[in-house]
Amino acid sequence: MPSSLHSGDDDTTKKMIRDITLGQYYLGNSVIHKLDPRVKIMAALLYIVALFVVKEFTGFIAAVVFLEMVIIISKVPRRYIWRGLKPVLIIIAFTLAVNLFMIKGEVLWQFGILHITREGVRTAAFMGIRLVLLIIGSSMLTLTTRPIGLTDGIEALLSPFKKIGLPAHELAMMMTIALRFIPTLLEETDKIIKAQQARGADFESGNIFRRAKALVPILVPLFISAFRIAQELAMAMEARCYGGNVKRTRMNAMKFARRDLIAVVIFCVFLALIVLQRVLL
Amino acid sequence: MAFIKVENLIFDYIKTDEGGAPVATRAIEGVSFVVEKGSFTAVIGQNGSGKSTLAKNLNGLLIPTTGKVWIDGLDTSVQENVWNVRQKVAMVFQNPDNQIVSAIVEDDVAFGPENLGIDPAEIRERVDRALDGVEMGDYKDKAPHLLSGGQKQRIAIAGAVAMEPECIVFDEPTAMLDPRGRREVLAIARDLNRKGMTVVFITHFMEEAACADHVIVMDGGRIRMEGTPHEIFRREDELKALNLDVPAPVKLASLLRKEGVALPEDILTEEELVCALLEVRAG
Amino acid sequence: MIEVRNLTHIYSEGLPHESVALDDVSFRIEDGSFTGIIGHTGSGKSTLLQHLNGLLKPTSGTIVIDGTDITDSHTRMLDIRKKVGLVFQYPEYQLFEETVAKDVAFGPANLGLGQEEIEERVRQSISLVGLDYEAIKDTSPFELSGGQKRRVAIAGVLAMKPEVLVLDEPTAGLNPKAHYDILDMVQEIHERENNITIFVSHNMNDIARMSDRVLVIDKGHLAMNGTPQEVFSREEELKAMGLALPDATEIVSQLRKEGMNLPADCLTVEQAAGAILTALGR
Repeated sequence: MPSSLHSGDDDTTKKMIRDITLGQYYLGNSVIHKLDPRVKIMAALLYIVALFVVKEFTGFIAAVVFLEMVIIISKVPRRYIWRGLKPVLIIIAFTLAVNLFMIKGEVLWQFGILHITREGVRTAAFMGIRLVLLIIGSSMLTLTTRPIGLTDGIEALLSPFKKIGLPAHELAMMMTIALRFIPTLLEETDKIIKAQQARGADFESGNIFRRAKALVPILVPLFISAFRIAQELAMAMEARCYGGNVKRTRMNAMKFARRDLIAVVIFCVFLALIVLQRVLL
Repeated sequence: MAFIKVENLIFDYIKTDEGGAPVATRAIEGVSFVVEKGSFTAVIGQNGSGKSTLAKNLNGLLIPTTGKVWIDGLDTSVQENVWNVRQKVAMVFQNPDNQIVSAIVEDDVAFGPENLGIDPAEIRERVDRALDGVEMGDYKDKAPHLLSGGQKQRIAIAGAVAMEPECIVFDEPTAMLDPRGRREVLAIARDLNRKGMTVVFITHFMEEAACADHVIVMDGGRIRMEGTPHEIFRREDELKALNLDVPAPVKLASLLRKEGVALPEDILTEEELVCALLEVRAG
Repeated sequence: MIEVRNLTHIYSEGLPHESVALDDVSFRIEDGSFTGIIGHTGSGKSTLLQHLNGLLKPTSGTIVIDGTDITDSHTRMLDIRKKVGLVFQYPEYQLFEETVAKDVAFGPANLGLGQEEIEERVRQSISLVGLDYEAIKDTSPFELSGGQKRRVAIAGVLAMKPEVLVLDEPTAGLNPKAHYDILDMVQEIHERENNITIFVSHNMNDIARMSDRVLVIDKGHLAMNGTPQEVFSREEELKAMGLALPDATEIVSQLRKEGMNLPADCLTVEQAAGAILTALGR
């Protein structure tokens, strides 16, 4: 426990943490892995924008083909992608249900106040495809880019805004640390929950008010832990000369290579297709 | 040659009371000592004895309230010296989790050298060398939270080594580890020392202090005893009075001595005890 | 009496990364016993402890405590928690209340006891862990020293009056004096309450000195179950599992290898001294 402390004899937590793939890097050596993070971040952002540009089902063909190509080249096993999708299935299901039942139009099926319309089915399917592509698309970014590459990339992309006072480096460092400590804090939370359960705490019954109150014995120790981690980490970073008076360098300096240029060209073709189908159809 | 020189060090923690007035708590009460270049110095003492505060004064994380700390001739209280001092004296802390910054092992090891502004190609070399030195080369692409406590601590040591310091201060690095992790960390510290690194090792495990060539015993913010492990651990009663202990071979030897077995006074390790007893048996 | 029968626990059963944490573990612990559990980090010790008070449910097998099958889904969780108190590693990190007394009262309050009964139990358990109730009850637990915090946390579990007290490395991270103080306290509570005490430790000296029974867990299996003398005389097997001997046993073993005529079951420095004196003919 101390944090994390703790000597980590407990396998449940580790397993649980390993299951969280959204935002977890899949170690690989593919061209996609090697691309400049800046290229990948921009591509992922524009890909998401493109998904919203699409207005007809046919527009998704290019999006699916492009994503499929990225998945095949990256060699990321499909079960990893699937695992990233699982936690958000509920959100997708909810969105589908809302669209399915709420949209007015030609009624296909009715049961009491519930009715499904042709337009509802169409919109739900459309939204479903868009959401799934959006999630898989963004998790391809995180699955093929090391957390540190991601933060370096964001820092580089934001650095033009430093002039107007945006603390790009600090933001990136905060993200790095958050990525590093999410598993630690989850482990910590699991330990605290178990310790309070052993003292008879009940988190599962009672009304909302009672349940909220039941969280106090978890949240207080968790906050104290988080503060201790922050304090000790700050000390450790200072000891390693962070914030020193020389210019920081990076071990893996980002380089825009030939493969990045090729990737940019291919991506531009994809974007052009999306725009064309929007304009022409 | 003295690498670290501490002179009349006094350190107060300043807190504000409920009324907002500053209150000073004295953690170190006038301490002077010297750490020789290339030596292995152990610091022992119970919780609250000031040993951790002392450690943080050795690389400018804390600055003496009064008194001086010199690192290789540099005064830590001079602002311009601080980064130099921290590069010369690296630190490894107690909690294996809370000193690893990055979610990938090798990126974490690179953190120190990056802060020092080292050339990328050289950082790569240093990181690989440091990881091989702690036998964690195979784990360079792994996420730290999937490693054992001992392995995390080895990563932290690699992170210190990659800064190419002349001295590493270990602040109770084994307190939270299992026996295997403790053995690994101590073995690495001794190995670094053999290769010329000056080591200051803070611990409350007496067997670990017994491996040092110099031991400092702290209590109540002062140095109570200082000497070689042989000199320190024969003073069992004094150590007990400071809420400390002696290694098992020392305890056993002193019980036997009380019963009239003629054992030498300076037994410290199992091997020494076994040899001495075999000699006694042979008459 | 605790009876564990064919306990098996598989994490993530059916998934590609499933792993067997406990494999067909069976043992009995008699009333009044002080049982030590040893095993390498990751051997399955923690998984076993968490089964003993229902935090984990077995994949198969049963645990019967005093005739109650705690693995039966009809057994109420609170009844299990009443029977078995579990003190985790670094228990001071679970403290959360404004005052020591309130924190210790958390467990008994969860049991649904009356106000008077709760107060009485809080008073008793705080003094049971060697703290002065009057002096400490209204202090914030966060203002105490490390050793005191740990005692308060243990009091929080004792206040539930468990018949079985389980401690996971109760001395982790403590310096020598605090280490012995906590162990003496555990011993004293054991003697006074005459409960079953189960403790996990990596420190073989403590296990050898305090337990009347030792369980050795290795890779999810119960590798040994015997008195400390029996267990620690199996040096080769223990070392093959990466476990050490108590210091005194280790020294005696080296002397035996050099041909000295000593018994293999010396556990403490005092016993070793006695045996060596006898062997030297004094």
